[in-house]
Amino acid sequence: MIAPAVLYIALLVGFPFLLALYYSLTDITAGSRTLRFVGLRNFAAIIDTPKFQTALQNTFIFAIGSQVLVMVLATVLALALMKDFRGKWLVRLLILLPWVAPMSLGSIGWLWIFDSIYSVINWTLEAAGLITADNWPMYLGKPYLAMMSVITVHVWRLLPLATVILLAGLTSIPQEIHDAAQVDGAGAWRRLFQITLPLVRPIMLVATLFGLVFAFTDMIVIFVLTRGGPYDTTQVLSTLAFFTGIQGGDLAEGAAIAVSLFPMLVAVAIVFLRIARRAEVI
Amino acid sequence: MARPGWARRAAGRTAHAGIIGAFMLFTAFPFYWMLITTFKRTGDLLERGNNPFIYNEAPTLENLRVLFQDTLYGRWLGNTAFVGLLVVAITLVLALPAGYALARLTGRWGEQLGIGIFLTYLVPPTLLFIPLSRVIAMLGLQDSLWSLVLVYPSFTVPFCTWLLMGFFKAIPPDVEEAAMIDGLSRLGAFVKVVIPISVAGILTVIIFSFTLVTQEFVYALTFISSASQYTVSVGVPTFLVRGDVYFWGSLMAGCFIASVPIAIVYNFFVDRFIAGFTVGAIK
Repeated sequence: MIAPAVLYIALLVGFPFLLALYYSLTDITAGSRTLRFVGLRNFAAIIDTPKFQTALQNTFIFAIGSQVLVMVLATVLALALMKDFRGKWLVRLLILLPWVAPMSLGSIGWLWIFDSIYSVINWTLEAAGLITADNWPMYLGKPYLAMMSVITVHVWRLLPLATVILLAGLTSIPQEIHDAAQVDGAGAWRRLFQITLPLVRPIMLVATLFGLVFAFTDMIVIFVLTRGGPYDTTQVLSTLAFFTGIQGGDLAEGAAIAVSLFPMLVAVAIVFLRIARRAEVI
Repeated sequence: MARPGWARRAAGRTAHAGIIGAFMLFTAFPFYWMLITTFKRTGDLLERGNNPFIYNEAPTLENLRVLFQDTLYGRWLGNTAFVGLLVVAITLVLALPAGYALARLTGRWGEQLGIGIFLTYLVPPTLLFIPLSRVIAMLGLQDSLWSLVLVYPSFTVPFCTWLLMGFFKAIPPDVEEAAMIDGLSRLGAFVKVVIPISVAGILTVIIFSFTLVTQEFVYALTFISSASQYTVSVGVPTFLVRGDVYFWGSLMAGCFIASVPIAIVYNFFVDRFIAGFTVGAIK
């Protein structure tokens, strides 16, 4: 009964994956009918280009920067949501929105919020007297600001998922543990850092791993907001692979760029498997 | 400086409300902003001196009219629904039996197969879209919605199989064994006994797959090139943002309409979804 599903996945994930590895070793282009095996030449060619090196560096800044922020913010938010209060269902719905809405559409909402001329953030800052009209920051047009902006939007998108995962972990801690710690005289901060957070560490790791995979491979936020600009300062490997492979038609080089993401994903998968195994033992 | 208990509690409550409020502002503001912008006149939007938080000119439905009459937005919604329904159907046909089989397979082998299937969910489109674009071209499916119908189950099936496996594991095997003693085959017992008591799980899978279809961007961007074949997540950002002219009112309307209703439905199922995501990490 499992054969059809396995077959489908093998044909549409396994096969294209092998094809990606194969293409990265050839000279295929979008129009070509034949292809030649060129060994590691594509990799040798891309590794030396400043474009690739910048993209690699940006990928790490983008992924790790957004993931650190997501985990810190999600922990704070999940702890705040542990308490019962009126209207909690509405709060939860509003907090989940960015995760459920199509990312490309959410990003367009931000494109409007970050607009160089009509940005509501800038209007508010000006009204508050913090900036002047002739000195509005261009959120998507200046190198460092653009990276900060795409990271902000990515955090916005991934925060809900990390929060609900953490919340599931927090609520699974039996109340007796908290009670016992309180009876033993542990203060609120001590309970938080020595009991609650260590207990949710496995689930935090799961959330981090998912977040890292998303962040390392996502191209939607950057594609919609900056297209990798200004001057490639927000170009990451996934967008570079798209622009090279699909828009530029150089399938081989695009595949090589995409495949260079693979070692990282393997590392993530190994950690994930170890956690899954350990959790089953408990 | 020991403060009295009530003062401390009040300060705590205020801090708590402040934290929740700040996060809500961050997550929900873009959607609120879409909604406000939807009903604004272009002249109002493009006047820098206007307070953007209020309607300086009377609200209008013009942006919605433009969206539905002058663009292919309605068509894109239809395309998305078409692909979504077919992908949900394929996902159910493949993932229901697979999830059931995995739930009943005992021993190391079944478990490893389950984890293996789940891990394919982690293989991102970024790694696959280039070879798949070639495969789609070879199949003659480029620029056709059928390319999406074919490819999307490759990411819905792994996760849904995993999710359903968890559901079926919660059903005691005695249930179908009793049915089999009464003369049903294993397949018969699965269809007539197990599926009817798994409605909640099946609904979760339907909502989840459909949401993934509405969100997908990279494959649709790669395989489809004519505007009439776009899904909503690709049509709005590529077709409505073209050149220098941004129709912000219509754009925001398009984003809001395609985002919020499905989020409300999804909200009811999120706990099951999270249970699937977190695997065995909570025990």
